[in-house]
Amino acid sequence: MYLLAVLLTPIAGAVLLGLCGHRAHAGAVNAAMSLLTLIAATLLTAQVIEYGPMLAFDELFFVDSFNVFLVALTAFVGFTTALFSRPYMLIEMHHGRIDARRLRLYHASYQLFMFTMLLALLTNNLGIMWVAMEAATLATVLLVSLYRTPASLEAAWKYFILCGVGIAQALFGTVLMYFAAEQVLGAGGTALLWTHLDAVKSQLEPSVLTLAFVFLLVGYGTKVGLVPLHSWLPDAHAEGPTPVSAVLSGLLLNVALYALVRNKVLADGALGGDLTSHLMMGFGLLSVVVAAFFLSRQQDAKRLFAYSSIEHMGLITFAFGMGGPVATFAALLHMTVHSLAKSAIFFAVGHASQKAGTQMMDSIRGLVDTNPTIGWGLMLGSLAILGMPPFGVFASEFLIITTAMREHPWATPFLLTALGVAFAAIFGRVQPMVFGETTGKRLPHPPAILPVFVHLALVLVLGVYIPPYLAEWYRQAAALIG
Amino acid sequence: MSASLATQLVNLFASLLLLIAFAMLAQRRVLSLIHLFAWQGAVLALNTALVAFVTHQHHLYYSALLTLILKVILLPWILHRLIDKLNVRWDVETLVNIPTTMLIGVGLVIIGFNVAMPISHLSETVTRGTLGIALASVLLSFMMLITRRKAVPQVIGFLAMENGLFFAATSATYGMPLVVELGVALDVLVGTFIFGIFTFHLREAFDSLDIEHIEKLKER
Repeated sequence: MYLLAVLLTPIAGAVLLGLCGHRAHAGAVNAAMSLLTLIAATLLTAQVIEYGPMLAFDELFFVDSFNVFLVALTAFVGFTTALFSRPYMLIEMHHGRIDARRLRLYHASYQLFMFTMLLALLTNNLGIMWVAMEAATLATVLLVSLYRTPASLEAAWKYFILCGVGIAQALFGTVLMYFAAEQVLGAGGTALLWTHLDAVKSQLEPSVLTLAFVFLLVGYGTKVGLVPLHSWLPDAHAEGPTPVSAVLSGLLLNVALYALVRNKVLADGALGGDLTSHLMMGFGLLSVVVAAFFLSRQQDAKRLFAYSSIEHMGLITFAFGMGGPVATFAALLHMTVHSLAKSAIFFAVGHASQKAGTQMMDSIRGLVDTNPTIGWGLMLGSLAILGMPPFGVFASEFLIITTAMREHPWATPFLLTALGVAFAAIFGRVQPMVFGETTGKRLPHPPAILPVFVHLALVLVLGVYIPPYLAEWYRQAAALIG
Repeated sequence: MSASLATQLVNLFASLLLLIAFAMLAQRRVLSLIHLFAWQGAVLALNTALVAFVTHQHHLYYSALLTLILKVILLPWILHRLIDKLNVRWDVETLVNIPTTMLIGVGLVIIGFNVAMPISHLSETVTRGTLGIALASVLLSFMMLITRRKAVPQVIGFLAMENGLFFAATSATYGMPLVVELGVALDVLVGTFIFGIFTFHLREAFDSLDIEHIEKLKER
């Protein structure tokens, strides 16, 4: 069973790296385990392409067109980030920012984090999904504080408490969901299984589902980083090691949004869709606008791109809120390309700040002179995330905005202004970092450049050509989400 | 046992739970907070066992046992060891305005009841009247989390919140499926462990467990 392999490989990796994660070759082991996970995920994907959606192990696990591409994406970004983290962590050791014990903690937690993400995606049980989301927070808390600097400890504390409290609200929402389901499906294990709930969603009690969805939105919304629940996000991204920022931004936010949308489908079935779509559009739009205006005030490169993540997650939430086949298709595409482009940017920013010895953007200058590949990676990544054609982000943003113009014209000025402000802020910052005068020195280990360009190439490809099965999944998932 | 007696007992436990939630809100000693937390767990375990007995839901016995082990024995024990090692056993927090806090707490209980009322009407469980109390104790713990400025009481507030959620699950639905409850319990346990490790890091870096000394990352 490939599904089992997808879940068990990271567990085995965590155990293995818990034993040998401090050795010099641990980075390679980490990458190898991530590669195995990716291979298993690819085989699982191939299986789904061939045979369609599947249920496994007494209906405990479930793969359909909505989560299959997220599983593949998670495993892929997990692997490339592991490739990136090998030289990155060696350089951090060289700079004396971490010791061998923390390297072991890092590697073991990294694999555990991958496991929790994949579990949250693959499980059919809404309760287990919650457990996995909470476990993902726990697996990353000690990673955010890996450097043990006062700022990183504060960031980790904020992350721990805010996400803990947030996710507790989601548990209450899940309890209410179970309560509503129990009235229709009867007590016992099946009442939390998504496939069963989906079959009876129109019979679920609307008043309970209203309350449940509000709690779930606040709960999972905290992890997605929706304004005003976002304050943990920039801190956690900026203070942790860069590979952690890359997987938080590229994967965790996606998976949290996935959990929210799965529940939205059920709430829509019972409520008809108005409430959920208004709430999600409201939170989404607020996140886009607020994050865009915070962008221009950032000094720290990783904080800048953390706010950009809030903006993009807001845009995706808004698109899911609008609903309809086109907007949902665009939201799913945007999830994919944002994840790829943002992690590529974090890889480039990570090496750039290692070179400069600081994350302050004013001190990072002239990357094209000292290390052209990092410089061009950062430049192209920024252009991609800002929605320049022909990158994939352009395609998805274009679809989102044209749908908004047609169906919710009042929202378009806000969206366009926010995107314009974001463009000015990010481009204005990145341009001198890449092309300015420099005094930088070389890195002690060769940086990992390949993942940056592989990601950007994929984003480019998705902007020009979407493989037919991927488009088909998006369409099927869009029909499912509505 | 007759149904009305069972309902009365369930209501008694629920009110005890609410009382403990209020006591925690006003309690300034770290040590007493841990005791209160353990008592809350004990009431929760008793209540779950009672519901199991009345309704013949056998999986609830397991969850009562789980609650007993985790929330009455294991977590308080970890917390005790923690405050010993951190040397904050006799710490007293200065809480401003306990009367105001309590008044807001009363308001939260009213809100909790109002929100839960339409839902409890739908429920057919013997415990349905207590969903409001469950929501109220979640809100009270949330309030405690906000008003506290020290790391250990904040986490006790967090754990108390989980108690409230657990109670909500038992009162609305006779408990979540066992596999989910086990998962949640595992998360809570691991979370407490990580918190324990974390407090030492905080102390090392800041020489204090006061959150006010820690908050430096502000938006410029």
